[in-house]
Amino acid sequence: MNFLHVFGIFYRNVTLIRRSVPKLFALFGFITVELFLWGFITLWVRTIGPGDARLDFALLILSAFIFWSMFELSQRSFSVSFLEEVWSRNVINIFASPIKLSELVMGFALVGVVQTLLAFLYITPIAFALFALNIWDMGLYIIPFFMNVLICGWGIGVVAIGLVVRFGPSADIMAFFIPFLLLPFSAVYYPVSVFPSLLQRITFILPTRHIFEGMRRAITEGVIPHDSIIWATTLNVIFVALSFLFLHWMLRLARNRGYLSRLVQD
Amino acid sequence: MDILMESIVRVTNLIKQYGSLSAVNNICFEVKEDEIVSLLGPNGAGKTTIIQMLLTLVSPTSGHIEIFGRALKERREELLSMMNFTAPYSVLPYNLSTKEALKVYALLYGIRNYRERIGFLIDEFNLGWLASKKVGQLSTGEQMRVGIAKAFVNNPKLLLLDEPTASLDPAIARELRAKILKLVRETGGAILWTSHNMREIEQVSDRIIFLSRGEIVADDSPNNLKNRFGQEDLEEIFISINREPPSRPS
Repeated sequence: MNFLHVFGIFYRNVTLIRRSVPKLFALFGFITVELFLWGFITLWVRTIGPGDARLDFALLILSAFIFWSMFELSQRSFSVSFLEEVWSRNVINIFASPIKLSELVMGFALVGVVQTLLAFLYITPIAFALFALNIWDMGLYIIPFFMNVLICGWGIGVVAIGLVVRFGPSADIMAFFIPFLLLPFSAVYYPVSVFPSLLQRITFILPTRHIFEGMRRAITEGVIPHDSIIWATTLNVIFVALSFLFLHWMLRLARNRGYLSRLVQD
Repeated sequence: MDILMESIVRVTNLIKQYGSLSAVNNICFEVKEDEIVSLLGPNGAGKTTIIQMLLTLVSPTSGHIEIFGRALKERREELLSMMNFTAPYSVLPYNLSTKEALKVYALLYGIRNYRERIGFLIDEFNLGWLASKKVGQLSTGEQMRVGIAKAFVNNPKLLLLDEPTASLDPAIARELRAKILKLVRETGGAILWTSHNMREIEQVSDRIIFLSRGEIVADDSPNNLKNRFGQEDLEEIFISINREPPSRPS
């Protein structure tokens, strides 16, 4: 791996983000507005229902919101790093350079890590100050959950890039739609037990389901959800490997059918 | 071994088929060290497809491409690091400044002393006054100039230029042509050049490959071509080939 290549991709994206107000707003603005939305909902929830359950529920909703936002951000920053090259008609220059696919993906992943970490470090103190949510109460268990949302976001990002390579720039909407599609089936704001039994079995393959199910158990039962962490990590490793193979396949197809040059023409 | 070293590009029986459409049809050619070879032909003749196959943007249906004696398919990254290109359909990132865009490409081509190299290119191509301007704010001609500077970021031994002066006024085009030739002569590299500007092609080329409907219909020096076709200039040859492609050379 040539780290100059990885740094080139990282430098290109960070240079762009740090001086673009709309991009900074996309990084910090959405999450702030959403925090207020979910924060006020939890303030209301805390006034209804019986005693401790109110607090737990409020805590669950807000924690779930923060981790889902991190997942979305990880995926979005990854996909948008590639889409930037398509939108600016620069993508041919990238694919004609000596960068390897693994270096390109590593560069995008690095951009995603930095953005997601910044957003996490920004939003958690605000959630604590305004809505009394101390996400750090989860202790060190926060690390495997955070890592898993990050990695799952990359996997979806890789799939989204593959779809854009195959179907052209008009498929960029998929980069924003796929996480939305996963949301209802990932048991983010409710337990898996509310799903019909068939859906419970089907959603077992989603790493996100295990992340959020495990996080809920850590908060409500105070136990270390080893099984959820192991399942989420294992499924994530398989999912990321498959997504990488998918991107390879799409690129091969694009090179065979001449789709890469179409990326700057549509 | 010497023969291998001399040949910078060797294309053998190259075919690119899109369904029933034959974009490139069984072509063979070579580009040798220090040689400037132009691909000439009407729209749809296969010039850009050939360039894109050499850049690995398009995979050949069949055939073989060797660059510096090594198979492109097997040594993609290594060979691309010794090549570069510019084309009007591929602009640099519009939201970065000229200097930043050059830095990105210096890094992508693995240039460790990128500051020195960028400084050299900015001086050489008179980009000082554009250095901090965003690429998207530059005129089309200025963008082409930056694109050509980017093509030299790794001091390439093989340069692929797809209509490099298409959007430039004649004075700047002449100045840039001279600059390109000077830099390539200094490094001892080769160029594969496409253009619709016959005067430009005649001026820069050691050899011209005429293409029509994906096939090579003539491959010779500008003077030999004029003699062979009995024409005064390349434009007349271009028009006659476009009207009625001759049979392939033996």
